[in-house]
Amino acid sequence: MKNNTPRVICFYFQVHQPFRIRPYRFFDIGRNSDYFDETKNEGIMRKVAEKCYLPANRTLLNLIRKHGDDFKVSFSISGTALEQFQRYAPDVLESFAELVQTGRVELLAETYAHSLSALKSRAEFERQIRMHDRRMKALFGYTPRVFRNTELIYADKIGRWISDMGYKAVLTEGADHILGWRSPNYLYKASADNELNMLLKNYHLSDDIAFRFSQRDWAGWPLTTDKFVTWLQAIPAEEQIVNLFMDYETFGEHQWHSTGIFQFLEHLPDAVFGNSGFRFVTPSEAISELTPAAELSMPYAVSWADEERDLSAWLGNPIQDDAFNSLYKLEQRVNACNDPVLHRDWLLLQTSDHFYYMCTKYFADGDVHKYFNPYESPYEAFINFMNVLSDFELRLDAMPVMEKAAIPAPTGLNGKNQLAAI
Amino acid sequence: MKPRVLMFGWEFPPHISGGLGTACYGLSKALAQSGTEVLFVVPRLKGNEHGGPYKLIDASEIERAGGYAFTKHHLPGVTEIAIQSALRPYTSPEAFSRSGQGRNWQEIQAIQDVEGKLASLSGGYGQNLFHEVARYAEVAAQIATEQQFDVVHAHDWLTFPAGVAASRISGKPLVLHVHATEFDRSGENINRAVYEMERQGLQSADTIVAVSALTRDILVARYGANPNKIKVVHNGVLPMPAHQHRERPQRKMQVVTFLGRVTFQKGPDYFIEAAARVLGDLPSVRFVMAGTGDMLLPMIRKAARMKLGSRIHFTGFLGGADPYKLYGLSDVYVMPSVSEPFGISALEALQSGVPVIVSKQSGAAEILRHAIKVDFWDVDRLASSIVGVLNNRSLAALLSNGGMKEADRMGWDGPAARVNEVYNQII
Repeated sequence: MKNNTPRVICFYFQVHQPFRIRPYRFFDIGRNSDYFDETKNEGIMRKVAEKCYLPANRTLLNLIRKHGDDFKVSFSISGTALEQFQRYAPDVLESFAELVQTGRVELLAETYAHSLSALKSRAEFERQIRMHDRRMKALFGYTPRVFRNTELIYADKIGRWISDMGYKAVLTEGADHILGWRSPNYLYKASADNELNMLLKNYHLSDDIAFRFSQRDWAGWPLTTDKFVTWLQAIPAEEQIVNLFMDYETFGEHQWHSTGIFQFLEHLPDAVFGNSGFRFVTPSEAISELTPAAELSMPYAVSWADEERDLSAWLGNPIQDDAFNSLYKLEQRVNACNDPVLHRDWLLLQTSDHFYYMCTKYFADGDVHKYFNPYESPYEAFINFMNVLSDFELRLDAMPVMEKAAIPAPTGLNGKNQLAAI
Repeated sequence: MKPRVLMFGWEFPPHISGGLGTACYGLSKALAQSGTEVLFVVPRLKGNEHGGPYKLIDASEIERAGGYAFTKHHLPGVTEIAIQSALRPYTSPEAFSRSGQGRNWQEIQAIQDVEGKLASLSGGYGQNLFHEVARYAEVAAQIATEQQFDVVHAHDWLTFPAGVAASRISGKPLVLHVHATEFDRSGENINRAVYEMERQGLQSADTIVAVSALTRDILVARYGANPNKIKVVHNGVLPMPAHQHRERPQRKMQVVTFLGRVTFQKGPDYFIEAAARVLGDLPSVRFVMAGTGDMLLPMIRKAARMKLGSRIHFTGFLGGADPYKLYGLSDVYVMPSVSEPFGISALEALQSGVPVIVSKQSGAAEILRHAIKVDFWDVDRLASSIVGVLNNRSLAALLSNGGMKEADRMGWDGPAARVNEVYNQII
């Protein structure tokens, strides 16, 4: 390219697995406080490890070795996924550690439980970020500088909080109805009095890979690396950055191996270097190389989910709202007691997936919801969750309330640090 | 001389979806014990055999030319005849055609004169169900020509045409037993074809047995039935399975229970409304709505909208020992039925020692003394009654002990004796 402006691609992959709740009947309430489906969670983790995490990590490691400093990626790995790696797939954890050691992989901050806490409680939100931060330090010797919230949920208020926590940038969604005439392909900043940098997902190009890659009725099918690069080249020359944000499970899980998704990933850097002026950068590199083009205010919460790009995948219908509010109503009482098992259950119940399962939007996006849903209906998800919550409340009722000063920092996974195993 | 009765029912334990199957079982067992011989005809039975004294067979195992099979029960005097049929209890013509349950039987065209009459009743919808009913009647007529009996006895509208057909072909008297009317099931929004089938059947009956005075009054007022032809025989309750015992949760919680089909008839709305009021006073009480039905999802949404999802639990259908398990956990049983011809679950709850609150619009309210009775629509009284039982141990103990004794006296021998009287009057 003849252009002096650096043009960069920023890859961010989300890695997340929830602790799914086991079928929990009314009869279990008050008798059985074992909420999570160990067998199912282990089974899914092993399956996704074999189909996605291990082969995708191998592909990325090869690319980094091949292209040296020119190829970079970033990950956000939820605390619940990290715990499941430790428990069920230490080989995956090891391969992530290997990637991080190359120095060409950036790890991002997020809430430990992949929760919606930002919508309800600043204290819980910050507590979970710090908790995740400690886990990153312990497992990878790494301290994230850039933040991304669960499902890219963002609003001005959240921007203020994370800026106050010292984060330099945030990743969020760049959908049309939020940006209006503006392009997602610039660096933005939060506001005049908030220097927080904003990286916006280019949802067209991201979703071409993540959602449409194997759709035969899509005009772009089959998607080749050459075709993708011509689309990159078609971006106006003054636009600086293309943020390709997607679930890591895109590779091998949402798009099966047989679709050619791994070959696509493997050959993309060569195609980019050969036919375009783009380079790959990490989010931190992006913010040091580029200057924010404008301020971007988001008074209402946005996310990367569904056509609406709002919160309606998790909240908004009566069952979701009731479950969510009933859970967070307990926050003060949970914090007032000193029981590590209770704290851990409280944390894992906050994972956003539980509310996603209760979504009743059955049309275009409903398909996606169904695919990821272990329940036959959103009502079943609600009934199960509320049974668990009812038992959780009985346990809370039975807890002695303790002095404030004695509240321990919850550690997750019984406080065990398995770094030594890596 | 002990009579021999040809009886038509819908279902038999363990494959039951409501009180009717239990009632048919209890009645025919007690009749058999009293010496009355029972030929019990049910639509096709599938799956597990019941562990009781009745041997149930699948019609596909011993099929006869007419499409029915029969066997002797271990209990002397009872023969069960299974007709291969897609008939299901608690269905409406609309629901039946929606679910496609009748599809397998579409090819059956050889339905005789009964069909012509029924088809004109069905008004063009729910055809498959009416075909099934007609076919059931057809096989009933065949059975009636081959078996020896003194009286025909049919339970509720799906089997009325069968009873009428069997009675006509054999010339034997007909008893129609009404456990529920279309007005109980559907309120004022009745299905005319079902209503007509009930009305015409009732006109053909020699004697009508109603499970409560409430039901008798509906039959007289709504169906123009001759009051002199109607006998009220309240249901009994089967003894509680011996191995059931109260199993309390480790953590203390108070539980208020609704158990029944979640349909208009059972008043689930009023249960939720009452729950909201109770929770205003006693915020940690747990409510359970056990059962399924066309109002289940609306009830879940309603509870969520009222922000009560963490206090009102939904279990779906409970079978086997689960209802007793639930009674074992319950502090109060509530039956807020809008129109409940009998309401046997109230007696089952009492057997487990659970205090009950029943609506005045129920047959159970006519015979129970140790129960709190409220109008189904009086949600405030319902709520304050629940609070009263939960807060007042002596009241709860009184209702529990007195109710348990009362329920234990309400076996099926009494009702069976009254049914025998009915038989003897018309044979």
